Amino acid sequence: MKPPAFEYLAPVSLEAAVAALSNEDAKVLAGGQSLVPMMNFRLLAPSLLVDISRIPDLAYITEDGDGLRIGAMTRHHAVEMSDVVRQRFPVLHAAMAHVAHLAIRNRGTIGGSLCHGDPAAEWPGLVLLLNAQLKTTKRTIPAGDFYHGALATDLADDEILIEIQFPGLAPGTGWGFEEMARRSGDFALAAVAATICLSDDRATEVRIVVIGAHATPLRLTAAEGLLTDHVSIGAAADAAMQEISPDSDLHASADYRRHLVGVLTKRALAAAWKRAA
Amino acid sequence: MIKLTVNGTMYERAVEPRMLLADFLRHELGLTGTHVGCEQGVCGACTVILNGDSVRSCLCFAVQVDGGRIETVESLGTVDNLDPLQAAFQEHHALQCGFCTPGMLMTGVDLLRKYPLATDQEIREGLSGNLCRCTGYENVVKAIRSAVEAGYGD
Ligand SMILES: Cc1cc2nc3c(=O)[nH]c(=O)nc-3n(C[C@H](O)[C@H](O)[C@H](O)COP(=O)(O)OP(=O)(O)OC[C@H]3O[C@@H](n4cnc5c(N)ncnc54)[C@H](O)[C@@H]3O)c2cc1C
Ligand code: FES
Ligand code: FES
Repeated sequence: MKPPAFEYLAPVSLEAAVAALSNEDAKVLAGGQSLVPMMNFRLLAPSLLVDISRIPDLAYITEDGDGLRIGAMTRHHAVEMSDVVRQRFPVLHAAMAHVAHLAIRNRGTIGGSLCHGDPAAEWPGLVLLLNAQLKTTKRTIPAGDFYHGALATDLADDEILIEIQFPGLAPGTGWGFEEMARRSGDFALAAVAATICLSDDRATEVRIVVIGAHATPLRLTAAEGLLTDHVSIGAAADAAMQEISPDSDLHASADYRRHLVGVLTKRALAAAWKRAA
Repeated sequence: MIKLTVNGTMYERAVEPRMLLADFLRHELGLTGTHVGCEQGVCGACTVILNGDSVRSCLCFAVQVDGGRIETVESLGTVDNLDPLQAAFQEHHALQCGFCTPGMLMTGVDLLRKYPLATDQEIREGLSGNLCRCTGYENVVKAIRSAVEAGYGD
């Protein structure tokens, strides 16, 4: 279908964009790769779209100590192709291949993906895994506090996400990212991302995040605790299956998703362990 | 009023904000080579190249591309003088009904210009966002493989 009529503004400063968002039913337009399909389906009918793509300096990948700062308007494909991302956060690089298809990665932005908040999208899980901070026009929000539910964030109507700050990983951190989708580029049926730090062949710090199995990305703290208590990866994967309460939908039953999360957790942890130094 | 370059020609037009780029190309400019299948970003038939990158013209408003440079399937060859990638599609029987073909070609052009495409797996990944109901993809991959070997885009 065709989208309903709306007004359009393309301000060239954040201040002007924030001011425009005070209009009733105004919405930010970034890459449009989630918003436009929803408008074409007439699931959304904003009165005004505020295109933030003409605001200078919102698309960048900058080193910050051991960490990285990435501008909200940075396209998925720019992250995929970035050398510094590949060196410092190979898990981000690996995950990008699972975000939709090339033509959508060429347009879609990190900020758009985070603010849209699809339960099966990769970015919301990645920022939680990597303990990122989300900087907006009003404040800085820890990734763990950003979501209230599926497609629901803590942002105010006139608040714009501007930057994602990734703290550096401890040297030798191993990582794993495992996803299952029906076809390459489809939204995940489920995915599990993990990081592990080892000391004397024992896990000292473990983070495990699952997406697609819950309304928001979820840290699997019980499974994490088992690994740091030196229990096996298999036991941690069993715990992961018990920690989630997935829904059934058109694409997969709850039982299948639970099984999948067990398998993906095992694989992600094994990969992270192997890569940890 | 928006101004944009399509296949090397500059156009200036007044458009409603809600006009999709795909509809702008087809209805305003008469460039009906760009096909519209799903209007939700899934099928890839509407793929065009915007400022050097393949994009979905059904998920983009014409107003967003003010000042931009667009290449559509019409920028390739003509019936009498096919572009080498079009010739490869013909040679390898990479189309049947042809509905998906403009999107396959423009995605193919973007892939061939930017990536080594050393393996068929890379070609398949690159084409994963383009659905075809007829060919089974095998011959599309072969056509692009032959274009890689012929040095297309180098
Ligand atoms: C066929 C298809 C397959 C896809 N598959 C996947 C997939 O496998 N995984 C995946 O993660 N995504 C997938 N996507 C979605 C894609 O990644 C989008 O790029 C992303 O979800 C939205 O980014 P965008 O820049 O296009 O945002 P938009 O569509 O422009 O905006 C999305 C929402 O966020 C708001 N918003 C955007 N930017 C900001 C900001 N800076 N501050 C405040 N609010 C903002 C908008 O108002 C809107 O509500 C797919 C999309 C399509 C069409
Ligand atoms: S019409 Fe644009 S992707 Fe199907
Ligand atoms: S040739 Fe018919 S859809 Fe591809």
